[in-house]
Order: sequence, then C-alpha cells, then structure tokens
Amino acid sequence: MSALGLTIAVPRGALMTGTLELLDGLGVDTSEVRANDRRLLFEDVGIVTMRPSDVPTYVEAGAADIGICGKDVLMEQAGRDVYELLDLGYGACTMVLASKAGEDPAAEALRRLGVMRVATKYPRTAARYFEDTGRQAEIVEVKGSVELAPLTGLVEAIVDLTATGTTLRENGLVVREEIARSTARLIANPVSHKLRAKEIDAVLEALRAR
Amino acid sequence: MIHPIPSGTRDVLPDEMRERRAIEAAVRAVFEDAGYGEVATPALEYESVLARGLTMPPAYRVLDDHGNALVLRTDMTVPIARVASTRYANAEPPLRFSYIANAYRQVRPHRGHMRELRQAGIELIGAAAPHGTAEVLTVLCRALEATGLRDFRIGLGSASIVPTLLEQAGVAPEDRERLLHELVTRDFVGLEREVRRLGLDERIARVPLLRGGPEVLEQLPGDAGRLLRESVGLLAPEVRDRVIIDLGLARDLGYYTGAIFEVYAPGLGQPLGGGGRYDELLGRFGRPLPAAGFGLSVDRLHEALTR
Repeated sequence: MSALGLTIAVPRGALMTGTLELLDGLGVDTSEVRANDRRLLFEDVGIVTMRPSDVPTYVEAGAADIGICGKDVLMEQAGRDVYELLDLGYGACTMVLASKAGEDPAAEALRRLGVMRVATKYPRTAARYFEDTGRQAEIVEVKGSVELAPLTGLVEAIVDLTATGTTLRENGLVVREEIARSTARLIANPVSHKLRAKEIDAVLEALRAR
Repeated sequence: MIHPIPSGTRDVLPDEMRERRAIEAAVRAVFEDAGYGEVATPALEYESVLARGLTMPPAYRVLDDHGNALVLRTDMTVPIARVASTRYANAEPPLRFSYIANAYRQVRPHRGHMRELRQAGIELIGAAAPHGTAEVLTVLCRALEATGLRDFRIGLGSASIVPTLLEQAGVAPEDRERLLHELVTRDFVGLEREVRRLGLDERIARVPLLRGGPEVLEQLPGDAGRLLRESVGLLAPEVRDRVIIDLGLARDLGYYTGAIFEVYAPGLGQPLGGGGRYDELLGRFGRPLPAAGFGLSVDRLHEALTR
C-alpha cells in the first residue's frame, strides 16, 4: 500500500512520465518503478503498471482504487463504471480524421460512393463521430501503425490520436477534421470512492492545489 | 463436442448451489420476519405493461402466437408494482412484498456482465419518506447481517437533491438534463465544465462529491437535505453506523424519485445491490402510492462472502 493508502493503476507509455512525476508530487516513492522497466506490480508503493487501455478495466473491477488514463481511452470504453474525477492537464493530444495529402480521397469516396472506409484503433469513437456527423463510414479496426492503412489503399482515411502531428506528416497524411481533445484523467472505482473517501479526497485536494 | 451457453449466463453446480441456498434462506427468513410476503411473477410479461415502469429497455423480446410483444423482466420492482395495483387494488396500505427471482439484462461483450441475474429484495408500498425509507434500510441491514457479511456499508444519496438544486438555481430543463447526464455517467470533469459554461455557482459541481457522515447534509442550502436527514435520524445506531451519505450517488433506473442507496463490501469493486424510493411508479399503474425497496445480487453476495 502506498503513502496514499490506495492502489494506483499507472499507464505505461506516453503518460507514464507525467504520471510518475505527479505521484512524486504526492509523496509516493516512484524510484523503484522508474528503475525497473519489466516489473508490473510494485506492492510496497501501491502501484500497478499496465497498458493505458487496461486502466479502466482494473479500476472498474476494483483491482486498483484509482488510476490515470487518457480521455481517449475513456471515450472508447464509454459505459465503464468508473468515476472520472479530475482533468490532470498533461498528455494533451487530439483525436483526428486524417487522409492522404492533396485532394481528400475520403471526401471523394463519400461523394462518389456515399461511404468511406476508415481505419482506426478506436472503432467506437470513430463510429460515434460519423453517426453524429451524419456520414456513412465502414470502420476497419487495426491494432497498430494506422498510418499504413491509407498508404496501401486499405482505406481512404484514418481516425487516430496525435500529439504533434509528426507521424502523420512523415507518412504524407494531413489532418482533415478534429474530433476531440484528450488529456490525462484521474479515475476512481465507484466502491473505493465511498469506502476510501478520505484517501481519495486527499489526493484530489492535493492535485487541485497543484 | 461443444454445447455452449449464452455469454453472461452460467450453470450453478451443487457446491455453490448449497451455499447460495443458505444465503437465500437467511435473507428470506429476515424478509418473512419483517412482514414481507414472498411473491413470484412470470419472467415473461407484456412489453406494453412493463414499459409503463420507465425501467431500462428490455434485452430480450419475443412475439407470441398472437403477435403480442413479450419481454423478459429486467427487474422485480416493476412487476411487483403491477401486482400491487391490480391484485391489491383495494387493499389497505402499506403492502409488503419480497422476492428471490431472476431478472434479465443487456450485456456489453467481454465486461463480465450477467444476462441472467438472481436478485433478492423487498418492496414497501404505501409508506412515505422518512419512515418508509428507514424501514427499508433497516430490513436491508438485517438481511445482510443474517448472511454473515461483516464489513458492508450502505451509500445513501438522493435522486432528487441535485435536480432540485439545479432547478432552484434557475437552470433551464435542457441544461439540467445535460448536467444530470454527466452525473449519471459519473463524469465529474464534464460536470464541472458544464457548470462553468453555464456560469453556475461552482459549489453545485462539488455537491455530488460530498460524502461522509450525516453532517455533510448540513452543507446543503435551504432544506434540500431535510428528508434524508430525517430518514437517517430514524435509524437505529447499528444501522446508522453502516450508512455513508453520498450526494453523488446516481442509479441508472428511471423510476427513482427520492432516497437511493447502494451496498458496498470491501474488496468487491461493484455494489452488491441497491434500491431507493420510487414514489411515482405505482401511480403509473393507476394506484398512486409512495414506495421504496431494494434488490441484492445473490451472486455478488456469494462472492463477497466467499472471498
């Protein structure tokens, strides 16, 4: 159990550095986590590390009391029974619709065929966006390197998360539409939110006072 | 050979069945002793009848040989409201009913949701707040204690406090709905954003974060917390000690009107069950009577007792 008296789900990847800095600020000793790239469970400081998209799963089940994950993950997994408590501000990125530079092949497909093919790692977010904007899209779910899909002719466009736009640019893709902005969020298990109210409120207060 | 069963359903084998029966016997004895007569209703009902209850949309719908739409019930509260208003149309309230029965819900894939869930609960019809609420909470506590569960707590909130505060603050109905949507989806970041967008007092965004002893009700303006405070005041100390006031509690069923509550056990990430007041439901079946009740998940109770 950590200095906070809570089990914390920490995402590996882009949000990890910011999250560990945040926890340092709360008085949690994260040196062991930083020094050890392969271990996943750090019981003595109450930290479990995992893939960012797994954070809501562990927090919903109560395997962690609180966790940190991107709003993009929460949007994609809408309906998870977790409390979204605070916008932590770091890890800013944008969910975008992008296609090959030049004349927009997606707009062309939509005009000619009435439907476009879109590759994404976020099928639910993408489907909802096209429903909301009244367009027909055939969603192709891929697990990695989405940028490849339009270049090989698999699809006309992609929906993906971008922080700086560099990867898109390097692959000759341009942003056509901005779908949503995302930052890191503090989430909590609904039962822990009651039974560990004091501990969770202390974390919230410290983070708000940052 | 593989003979599958639908996801979200399960077979219960003798060892577990024995333990489950013991749990059910314990809560049934408490319900009976408190004067709640057990009822059974058909798992299948007419869709048009259950739809009166404003409950969650049914997950399973079939057409019978006359073309009527039948659905599998999603809970026992609405069927019992139907029973109370038809079979007991002239009976002197209060009416006390209990049940141990299966209900059927929608599931999201791969999230461990159950399609078929076994629930044990009571409905107290014709007893208003605060006395009716206090009675239901008392029976709930006794039933949980009878199963041998030790460290459970009851989160007690209200389906009406935040809507009333918003109404008093002069928030337009459509904005109110957006704010309440953020609350039901437990998105406090979105709630705060909406509160700021509407230029409301930021203290309103903090109300749903209030939880603790009965003293948190003092932080509400006017007499918004009066009924809840009175209900808590009627509880015996051993019940009151189990209660955590939680003004952020929101249950996803449409029929709740006043006090709502959930049961928590340490180590179990989801509530064991819950309930609340549904003072307008019986009126929708033609017999306007205040009412309250709860349902406990027998499966989760079993999990909490055996972990």
